[in-house]
Amino acid sequence: MSHPEHKDYTGAKFGMWLFLFTELLLFGGLFILYATYLTRYPQQFAAGGKELNVVFGTANTVILLTSSLFAAMAVTSVQKGDRTTTLRLLGLTVLCAAIFMVNKYFEWSAKIHHGIYPGSPRLGSAPLGESVFFGLYYVTTGLHGLHVLVGAGLLSWIGMKVNHGKIHQGDFVTLENGALYWHLVDLVWIFIFPLYYLIL
Amino acid sequence: MSLPATSSDGFWSDTGKTGIASWIFSTDHKRIGLLYLYSVLGFFLVGVLLGVLLRLELMAPGRTIMGPQTYNATFTVHGVVMIFLFIIPSIPASFGNLVMPIQIGARDVAFPRLNLFSWWLYVIGAVIVLTALFTGGGPPDTGWTFYVPFSAKTGTNVSLAVLGVFVLGFSSILTGINFVTTIHRLRAEGMTWGRLPLFVWSLYATAWVQILATPIIAITLVLVFVERVVGTGLFDPSRGGDPIMFQHLFWIYSHPAVYIMILPAMGVISEIIPVFSRKPIFGYKMIAFSSLAIAAAGSVVWGHHMYTSGMSDTAILVFSFLTFIVAIPSAIKVFNWVSTLYKGSISLEAPMLFALSFVLLFSIGGLSGLVLGAAATDIHVHDTHFVVGHFHYVMFGGTGFAFFGALHYWLPKFYGRRYAEKPALVAWALMFVGFNIMYFTMQVLGIRGMPRRYYDYLPEFARLNLVATIGSWILVLGLIILLVNLFRGLFRGEAVGANPWGGATLEWSIPTPPPTENFEEDPVVTHGPYDFKGAGKP
Repeated sequence: MSHPEHKDYTGAKFGMWLFLFTELLLFGGLFILYATYLTRYPQQFAAGGKELNVVFGTANTVILLTSSLFAAMAVTSVQKGDRTTTLRLLGLTVLCAAIFMVNKYFEWSAKIHHGIYPGSPRLGSAPLGESVFFGLYYVTTGLHGLHVLVGAGLLSWIGMKVNHGKIHQGDFVTLENGALYWHLVDLVWIFIFPLYYLIL
Repeated sequence: MSLPATSSDGFWSDTGKTGIASWIFSTDHKRIGLLYLYSVLGFFLVGVLLGVLLRLELMAPGRTIMGPQTYNATFTVHGVVMIFLFIIPSIPASFGNLVMPIQIGARDVAFPRLNLFSWWLYVIGAVIVLTALFTGGGPPDTGWTFYVPFSAKTGTNVSLAVLGVFVLGFSSILTGINFVTTIHRLRAEGMTWGRLPLFVWSLYATAWVQILATPIIAITLVLVFVERVVGTGLFDPSRGGDPIMFQHLFWIYSHPAVYIMILPAMGVISEIIPVFSRKPIFGYKMIAFSSLAIAAAGSVVWGHHMYTSGMSDTAILVFSFLTFIVAIPSAIKVFNWVSTLYKGSISLEAPMLFALSFVLLFSIGGLSGLVLGAAATDIHVHDTHFVVGHFHYVMFGGTGFAFFGALHYWLPKFYGRRYAEKPALVAWALMFVGFNIMYFTMQVLGIRGMPRRYYDYLPEFARLNLVATIGSWILVLGLIILLVNLFRGLFRGEAVGANPWGGATLEWSIPTPPPTENFEEDPVVTHGPYDFKGAGKP
């Protein structure tokens, strides 16, 4: 009484969307803190925001948006059955993720070099809210960076499965879900970027 | 349709793997359900032991068996183990896994491998929490609530403990995602939303709370961890942070979490009461709806834990009002259960006794909850033993008793053998009496002003504390009889047929023990879950 292997395309995507909700709520906690502390320390937040480098932020926004485009194109190309192009596009997505992280590294290093990091003497003597602003900045962008790394790892693993023919024209929901995750990583950044770099 | 115990061992034998690997790497929802069951039972016993030690310490004023630091660590670990390792996964992860797929006519959950992964995450989280007890600065002493600023400053091993709880939360989220997807996608033909067993409805509501609330505690614990490791100052007033924001974030999860704990228990009661009253459930739609209503309303009442925190009076008023709203769907359930009993043909067997005591104890706990929900009275009993009594009435008297009812109701189905009735009744009676002696006394103590979490107390509280401690002994005696009788019966007891209780939900229509893939052929459902006309009493 062996039954055929259970495949549920809609179910797999449904589950992924539920997971994405949980990710939104995870970052939601940080956005709540941002909203509360922004109301309490508007001047200090503005001062902190001026310290952030808009050029780095903008560059990373463009890079992530482009990578999301590559991920979406990878989904289209696997549906068309074009394995080489799919692999190439996944590679480009992961490359963008790597460039994003390199940028992040230089951005954080510059901040730390200027004595802006949690518990630093400079923040210790700064007005109260500024330390909170940078605390939130490091936690939020750090958690987001972690998601970039996880997403890049996920897409690389998916690339290997595409390469081995496990993900193909007839069964591509894993790649689609991986791309959904990547869009989420992108989406979260779309909110972080204006909140920290632009509006303050 | 009483069938003799089948000669086949069902899902016990039919597996490709052998030995322990056939369990810890199994993707069969029934095996995973049993893995969860034994894991949570093991931690429950650890929690009980710690609870008994706490009662022993409080038996008399001053030092009785342990010092103050040990006492602080003991109530913290008791809370962490009972909340995160026992009660949150207790009914949903064990009986949800065992029964829910069968009840909706499915062969397994939507994501069987993810299901196994959830259990592994649970084990990893548990190991991390246990490691935290014996490494670093020793077991955490913050209380299970991990309140800042103390949790950010204490030298005990809070960092590792919150990391473990984070992993446990991840496990809980994945179970929730799995169950929601399963209930949406894998219902058998004819299993409409209006024919879902109420246990499934309660799991559905629970799963949504797991999905929507757990990420908030995840980020909160991450923040405590980061605070301890690098000192971000987000909750530190000396650097502009606000500890009340921690409390908000913590309770945004942890209040809905009590509905993760109680809703599946209410589902169990909604299954047991109609079966042992031989009557269709009264108000099916309202019970199903009230599960969702509790899940929704329960998500916006977290502030009632914070009336004395310094939160604004407006917020207190709003949260107090919202809290009273939760009482409505809860009362709807209680009234519907009682109406189901009316003119029913009630048989007082062990599962039913646990279900009936659930209704009583949950009502007492729920009503004392209103005392805490009203800001004016809460100020007086906040952080007293009244809260401890209230919480244990709903969690132990509620969920705990429902869990014991579920053990007696469903385990014979999976083992093909059953417990002896008489010792089960004795165990139930002892537990019921011991429970009330212990926790009702705590509520009285609380009203008289005995604080919670205090190591020592004034001499005038001595007599009632002694009474509560004696209650704990009776309770534990009953528990021991219950477990010995139950598990002796499961391995050596009388064999049972496919439908020992005469239930009408799908799990009683398949052989005992269930086959590996549950149904020989995908079932087609033609009647409701409490339509007993087709399901004869054995």
